[in-house]
Amino acid sequence: MAGWRRHEGQAVRLPLANVDTDQLIPARFMSVPRAEGYGRYLLHDLRRDESGVMRRDFPLNTVDQASVLVAGANFGSGSSREAAVYALVDAGFRVVFAPSFGDIFASNAVNNGLLPARIDADTSDALAEMLVGFPCKVQIDLGTCRATFGNHDVPFTLDENWRIKLMNGWDDIDLTQQHAMAIDAFRERYAETSPWTVPRKRS
Amino acid sequence: MSQPRTLLDKLWRAHEVLQREDGVSLLWVDRHLVHEGSHHAFAKLASRGAAVAVPEQTFAVVDHYAPTRGRGRIADPQIARMIDTLRQNAGRHDLRLFDLDDPSQGIVHVVGPEQGLTLPGLLINCGDSHTSTHGAFGALAFGIGATEVAHVLATQTVWQKKPKAMRISVEGPLGPGVTAKDIALNWIARLGTGGAQGHAVEYAGSTIQDLSMEGRMTLCNLSIEGGARFGMVAPDETTFAYIKGRPYAPDGPAWTAAVEEWRSLVSDAGAAFDREVVINAADIAPTVTWGTSPEQALPIDAALPDPAALTPAKAEAAAAALDYMGLAAGQHLAGTPVDQVFIGSCTNGRIEDLRAAAAVLSGRRAKVPGLVSPGSQRVKAQAEEEGLDRVFTEAGLEWAASGCSMCVGMNGDLVESGKRCASSTNRNFRGRQGRGARTHLMSPAMVAAAAVTGTIADVRPLLAGRTP
Ligand code: SF4
Repeated sequence: MAGWRRHEGQAVRLPLANVDTDQLIPARFMSVPRAEGYGRYLLHDLRRDESGVMRRDFPLNTVDQASVLVAGANFGSGSSREAAVYALVDAGFRVVFAPSFGDIFASNAVNNGLLPARIDADTSDALAEMLVGFPCKVQIDLGTCRATFGNHDVPFTLDENWRIKLMNGWDDIDLTQQHAMAIDAFRERYAETSPWTVPRKRS
Repeated sequence: MSQPRTLLDKLWRAHEVLQREDGVSLLWVDRHLVHEGSHHAFAKLASRGAAVAVPEQTFAVVDHYAPTRGRGRIADPQIARMIDTLRQNAGRHDLRLFDLDDPSQGIVHVVGPEQGLTLPGLLINCGDSHTSTHGAFGALAFGIGATEVAHVLATQTVWQKKPKAMRISVEGPLGPGVTAKDIALNWIARLGTGGAQGHAVEYAGSTIQDLSMEGRMTLCNLSIEGGARFGMVAPDETTFAYIKGRPYAPDGPAWTAAVEEWRSLVSDAGAAFDREVVINAADIAPTVTWGTSPEQALPIDAALPDPAALTPAKAEAAAAALDYMGLAAGQHLAGTPVDQVFIGSCTNGRIEDLRAAAAVLSGRRAKVPGLVSPGSQRVKAQAEEEGLDRVFTEAGLEWAASGCSMCVGMNGDLVESGKRCASSTNRNFRGRQGRGARTHLMSPAMVAAAAVTGTIADVRPLLAGRTP
């Protein structure tokens, strides 16, 4: 995964709170291999009517090629399904602004190069209002944790370790393998102090 | 004297391989549980050509897509493929698999504890948010995403930033017909679905001490619905009694040594929590969700809120939820007709849950159709031994095999659009049980009451003269 520092893209609003991962991608699409792309399943049942036709009034359907989402609080709550992040990423999103995020969703996002940027609730409301019928380009700078919506300067927050990880595009498995000796030492000591932690089925 | 420490502090410390400068810890994983949904992680592993680091600490379970009827031949090729993929991955990496025909198959969060794989003091990961369930044993258990699952498979470790510590204390005896499910829905309604975000919740107090392991698991399971990735209860005699003699539990001298270590897994007197919440058990009534978020829950005798009377932030969501659920402001929850019922899931599919539902259904007929899917095939066998299956079938409900079933509908057990289901599950999200499905979460006894009356109903009068 490539790291990134700056992004410029089209913003779109999703003025709903508690958009859970079941909304982001309904369970029935989760048996599809990732190679086929998950973008078309993003918010499937909210974006489309019963017959599968895109709802014209749904905000997400009104902007082409958006890469920045402005959403309500508790975005991505619910299940651990990383497919929710795949759906956003495969649909072209790089950044989600929201007042708060589901914990597992946020770490899944960072693992896929998607920025979960926290802004306060008032800013989220104001931006969502500003975006009504007004497609807007946004510049995001991970170096300074600031975004520019038109002529509005919007600071956002994000855990420092996530910021660094996103900028460097780090792969955790590679990082961890650098600590192989520490892990081995831990394991040896642990096996001695707590041998019962290793599962052994009785015969 | 050293600083008093929380249970979280102790568990964290015991698993910390190292801490990075940015405060993120690398933790050793004792148990890793995988299911069909872990296919993305196995694919990542394959793309790196990596092996599973410690296969004997990884266990695979078929649950999310498990057919609950007609297991011999799976008609849907997508479902068959999901299960086959797990079989292939388990075979390739030499993992113990609880397959469809295994007498110990079931939902991953039921199987772990039942097999003695879940123990106090362990760190347990699974690519499923309800992994918090295992915290009921005083374990550090949390759900992870696919990238993290791949990481655990490859390294037997996980990177995690230590959450803040929160304690929810519940004191006093629960009223009749009030269960762990009601405690959970009560606190989530109070604090909101983001209420415990960023925190590990330790449940404490006399009510929790009096709960069975099944009840503690239900409570810890639902922690994630309040935003907490971790739920936990300090282990005690109830915990040890549950574990003793289970297939993977330590025995002999190892048992004695383990129990001695487990006894230290309590928050020290005076340990500081970042947040404390105290609930009086007497204030909790049988609770039911009315909306599309677990926080939209009310006591059974309440009337539905008028969005106009709520804060603007909640009003819009409430109006949308009422609309989706086909309900009106001011309407009473009790008496709302339901189309069907479901008893099962990792939240409320254990033997005690089935007993509680059967106590209400015994000698009565259900007015609506329903499905009962036990949390595991072991639970199923136990229930059959106790004759509970007959109580369900004589009431007119369907008795099926174990799996996630109608909790998430991946196996095809769906609620049709517009239908209202009284459900013992954990998520009432829009479309969770099927597109357009209307889910009301409640305890298994309350689901049984809904079955018997054909409406959302207070279970308490139906319990008169019966032992729940
Ligand atoms: S029963 Fe439901 S919540 Fe539990 S693991 Fe299965 S799908 Fe997830």
